[in-house]
Amino acid sequence: MTQKYLLSIYQPDGEAPPPEVLDPIMANLTALNEEMQAKGAWVFAVGLHPPSTATVLKAKDDDVLMTDGPFTEGKEHIGGFTVIQAEDLDEALEWGRRLATVLSPLPVEVRPIVF
Amino acid sequence: MIEEIFRAEYGRAVSVLTRVLGDLDLAEEAVQDAFTTAAEQWPVKGAPPAPAGWIITTARNRAIDKLRRESKGQEKHAQAVLLHMLQHQPDEEVGDVPDERLRLIFTCCHPSLALQAQVALTLKLLGGLSTGEIARAFLVPEPTMAQRIVRAKGKIRAARIPYRVPRDADLPERLKAVLAVVYLIFNEGYFDKEALEAEAIRLGRVLAQLMPDEPEVWGLLALMLLVASRREARLRNGELVLLDDQDRTRWNAGQVAEGQDIVRRCLRWNRPGPYQIQAAINAVHSDPPTDWHQVVALYDQLLAHTPSPVVALHRAVAIAETEGPRTALRQVDALDLDRYHLFHAVRADLLQRSGEDPTAALEAALERAEHPAERDLLRKRLSLATADQQDHADQHEQDHQDPQPGGHATGV
Repeated sequence: MTQKYLLSIYQPDGEAPPPEVLDPIMANLTALNEEMQAKGAWVFAVGLHPPSTATVLKAKDDDVLMTDGPFTEGKEHIGGFTVIQAEDLDEALEWGRRLATVLSPLPVEVRPIVF
Repeated sequence: MIEEIFRAEYGRAVSVLTRVLGDLDLAEEAVQDAFTTAAEQWPVKGAPPAPAGWIITTARNRAIDKLRRESKGQEKHAQAVLLHMLQHQPDEEVGDVPDERLRLIFTCCHPSLALQAQVALTLKLLGGLSTGEIARAFLVPEPTMAQRIVRAKGKIRAARIPYRVPRDADLPERLKAVLAVVYLIFNEGYFDKEALEAEAIRLGRVLAQLMPDEPEVWGLLALMLLVASRREARLRNGELVLLDDQDRTRWNAGQVAEGQDIVRRCLRWNRPGPYQIQAAINAVHSDPPTDWHQVVALYDQLLAHTPSPVVALHRAVAIAETEGPRTALRQVDALDLDRYHLFHAVRADLLQRSGEDPTAALEAALERAEHPAERDLLRKRLSLATADQQDHADQHEQDHQDPQPGGHATGV
C-alpha cells in the first residue's frame, strides 16, 4: 500500500527567468518526471500560470463572492506541483530532494495526501 | 522496584508494541495499562521472573482485548491487526524479549520533525517521562508541550515517517541527528537537570548497546559521563566552582573511570569525530594536572571537524595556558562572538591575567549571561575586579576560565 504525496513548488512572483536559464531547468525537470514515471512513483505533475491569472471564489450566504488574484498574500506562490506515490516519507523526501535540486533555489514542500 | 523497571523497560516495551500494533498511541496506551496492572499485582503476588517480558506480553494482551472490544462493525480491520499480532508473538524467554528501540529512536529523531518535537518524543516514548515532566524540564506550559507531542505523532502517522533504522547510506546523517537530540537532553534541561542528565546517559547507553560499532555513539556517552562526573563538585552553595578550584574528591570516580576507559577505546579505534574529541578533552581535564598542550592539540582536531568560533574560543583558553594570556587575547579578539556571554567572560579573564582592567568585559558578560549560577559567578568576579582596581593591588586572580566545548563552556 502506497501513500500519495503532494510536492508543491514555491516560486517568487514576477517575470520568469530568461530562456537560457529556464531551458536547462525544464530539460532536467522533464528527465526527472520521466524517471519518476519509470519507477512508478509519478502520479501527475502540473506547471501553473502566474498568480495574477488566478480568481478566488468564496461562498457567502446565498452568494459566491469573486475576487481577482491569488488567495494568499505574499511574494511567493505555488508555481506548480507534482503528485507522487511512495512507500513512506523517506522515499517521498528523496524524490522531493531531487526535485528541489533540479529547481534550485526554489523550495519544495512535501505533504501527505489524504485521498 | 516497579519504578526502576518502568524507567528501564518502558522504551523497549513501547518500541516492541509499536512494531506489533503499527501505532505509537496504541502502543503507549497498552504499555501504560500493563504497568498499571503491574503496580496492582506485583506488590501482592510478587514480581514475575522476567518483568520485561511480562510487561510486553501483558501490554500485547491488553491491546488485543481493546481491539476486540472496539472491533464491532470493523471486523475485517481488527482481524487483520490481530492476525498481524499473532505473527509477531514475542517469545517470553528473558533473553528473547525483542528490542526495537533503535527503530523508535530513529523515528522520534526523524529530521522532518522540529528539533523540540524530536526531544519531546524521545523523552516521552523512550524515557517514559510524562508530558508534564517534559514541559517543566523545558519551561514550556504543559498544554503547549502536549500539543507539540500530539502534532508530532500526527505527522508521523499521516506522513508515514517510517519505523525503521535508516539504510547505510543515510545512517551517518541520521545518527548525527539522534546524537544531537541526546546531547541536547543532557545539556538543555532547566528543571531537575540531574534527572535529565541521567536520562540522557541512559539513552546514550542504550545507543551504545544497540550500535556498538559506532565510535561517535561511544564518544557521546564518554563525554556525558565525564561532564556529569563533576556535577557534585561544580556547585558549592549554589555557586559555580571553576574546574581548577573544584574539590576532586567530589568527582564521581566511577563515571570518570568509565568515561576515560571509553575514550581510550575510541583512541584505539582511530575513527575520530566531534563527540569523541570533546570526550578526550574532558578526559584530559579529569586527569589533573591538565596537560594543556594535549588540550590544544585536541582543539585543533575539533576545529578541523567543526570549524566554529565557539570552538576557537575554547581553544584560545587552552592557548592562554601554553602561550600566555596575551597571545590568547589576540586570538579571542579576532572572533565574531559579541553576543555570547562567555566570549566576554573569557576576555575578562585574559585581560585580568595580562594586568589590564576586566571591568567592562565582565559587565558585557553579565549583560548577556542567563544562567543564575553563571550570573552569580560573574557578579562576584566583577566586585572583586572593581575592588582590585580601587586598591591597585598587583594581585592576579587565579581565576581561570576553562570552558568545555558544546554546552559545557562554563568551565565547571
